[in-house]
Amino acid sequence: MVRYIAKRLLLIAPMLIGISLITFIVMHLAPGDPTSMRYGLNPEVSGSARAELKKLYDLDKPVHIQYLLWAKRLARFDFGNSFLDDRPVMQKIVERLPATLLLNVCALAVILLIALPIGVSSAVRHGSLYDKVMTIIVFIGYATPTFWFALILMVVFGFMLGWFPISGLRPWYIEYYSSGRQVADLLWHLVLPVVAASFGGLAGISRYTKSSMLEVLRQDYIRTARAKGLPERKVIYKHALRNGLLPIVTILGFALPGLISGSFIFETIFAWPGMGRLGYEAIMQYDYPVVMGVGVIASMMTLIGILISDILYAFIDPRIRYK
Amino acid sequence: MLKEALNDKQVVLGSALILFMFCVAILAPIIATHDPCETNLSPEVKLQPPSREHLFGTDDLGRDLYSRMVYGARISLTVGLVAVAIMLLIGVVIGAIAGYFGGVVDTVIMRIVEAILCFPSIFLILMILAFLGPSIINVMVVIGLTSWPGVCRLVRAEFLSLRERDYVVAARALGASHRRIIFRHILPNALAPVFVSATLSVGSAILTESALSFLGLGVQIPTPSWGNILTTGRFYIESAWWMTLIPGLAILITVLSYNLVGEGLRAVLDPRLKR
Repeated sequence: MVRYIAKRLLLIAPMLIGISLITFIVMHLAPGDPTSMRYGLNPEVSGSARAELKKLYDLDKPVHIQYLLWAKRLARFDFGNSFLDDRPVMQKIVERLPATLLLNVCALAVILLIALPIGVSSAVRHGSLYDKVMTIIVFIGYATPTFWFALILMVVFGFMLGWFPISGLRPWYIEYYSSGRQVADLLWHLVLPVVAASFGGLAGISRYTKSSMLEVLRQDYIRTARAKGLPERKVIYKHALRNGLLPIVTILGFALPGLISGSFIFETIFAWPGMGRLGYEAIMQYDYPVVMGVGVIASMMTLIGILISDILYAFIDPRIRYK
Repeated sequence: MLKEALNDKQVVLGSALILFMFCVAILAPIIATHDPCETNLSPEVKLQPPSREHLFGTDDLGRDLYSRMVYGARISLTVGLVAVAIMLLIGVVIGAIAGYFGGVVDTVIMRIVEAILCFPSIFLILMILAFLGPSIINVMVVIGLTSWPGVCRLVRAEFLSLRERDYVVAARALGASHRRIIFRHILPNALAPVFVSATLSVGSAILTESALSFLGLGVQIPTPSWGNILTTGRFYIESAWWMTLIPGLAILITVLSYNLVGEGLRAVLDPRLKR
């Protein structure tokens, strides 16, 4: 087990190099250089100021040295200061992280709570009317533009019915509430964004659960369990479910990129004060250092998610770690 | 396989819908009732609900939504196809090289693939588009450039198993070049799953385009695309529901059709999935 974890951890190094390299390449795709992004439209900035900035970003050095310096700063999570307010990028990201984590953890929980039962029950009743209806719903869910779904949620439950707030996380008046009401208000604000963010994952994960469960139901030991006369309920919930749900642990790994990608869209739609909106706004305002910082941190979050799910998988399934 | 596919209700329904969408796109100049970019700001014309004169109503600038939707079909369908073509070109070649040669080449390529997969795709695309500037061509190219890792993995896995087959060994013994073995002997046998995944990718490319347009970095107004019609609709969502509902449904139906075909073909190819 320790050896397996050590091996997985070692694999992280090349991935991190890959991530830093991709970010570096994208950064250099930009026409001109970061200094023209910042001062391009400002004729008052003198040549010497520009030269100074170039030096700050090591733009006067050869490309490979630039990359090494960038990687060195990255190792210390130093992404420089924002062009907009001159505050350290990392500080801005750290401020926004809790909201993003809250949204994604809740969305993941909702996905698991809804998608797992749907997947398992469709597999058990494979071919039934219920399974067919679920398959159609999943198909439609898979093809729905998630941002469009979010807009419809907003109109129906926000404007028309007025049940839930359509934007933000903590309104100004929250300070005046008791702590119990603060939590209630927070949950109330969470409803629509979480429903929207989990919607995209529901279809994929219920399908995945279904096929994994179907695979197990086809195994010999299930036939043996049935043959020895176990009640169907016991066959399914005791023998099949335990193995059928094993691969679900890997969901954490492959649902995360989707969820984090979704964050950029939903946080923008629902004016959610998270990292996704920070990143989107930085892109729209050409706030270079923030864009790079958000890109690196978001992909590192995915990397950590994959790592955790790999280790969990090896932990619960001995077949993996002895391979 | 083709015969079996044509017997599959799912595949037939999906293909029929795709065909219909393509007819709409190709015949756009004929079936459109108005000029899609003609504006009319008089209050009697703009933001009108669907009527006999304007089948899908009008938008905030008094443009006929039906005509814009019909022309928008051209953009959305083209983006889907071209982006996937680019994705296939890159993914198949790199995946084939990784799977065929194995060893260090494979390791390096797979690490790069995994690193790209770690990036939240939307953010990576937005980042590149913001720097290159949004345009139809850039949208297609960037979607293609960022979505190849999936196909690449698939092709690699196929190649890893196929390269050990006897006919490949025989071809090598006969002195065939690497290029010939890859493209003439192995690739044709690896195409079926690639085709399935390509069909499904067209759907997701269309979804990505609409999301990009929605975020303001996709196809730019006045060129109509389903995504940017939705974007404008968002600001009038309380008063002019048709501007949001109709393009959303069009995207949903198109993506659904591609997925129906893709999943149907997958079931035909994989006997284990059969009922």
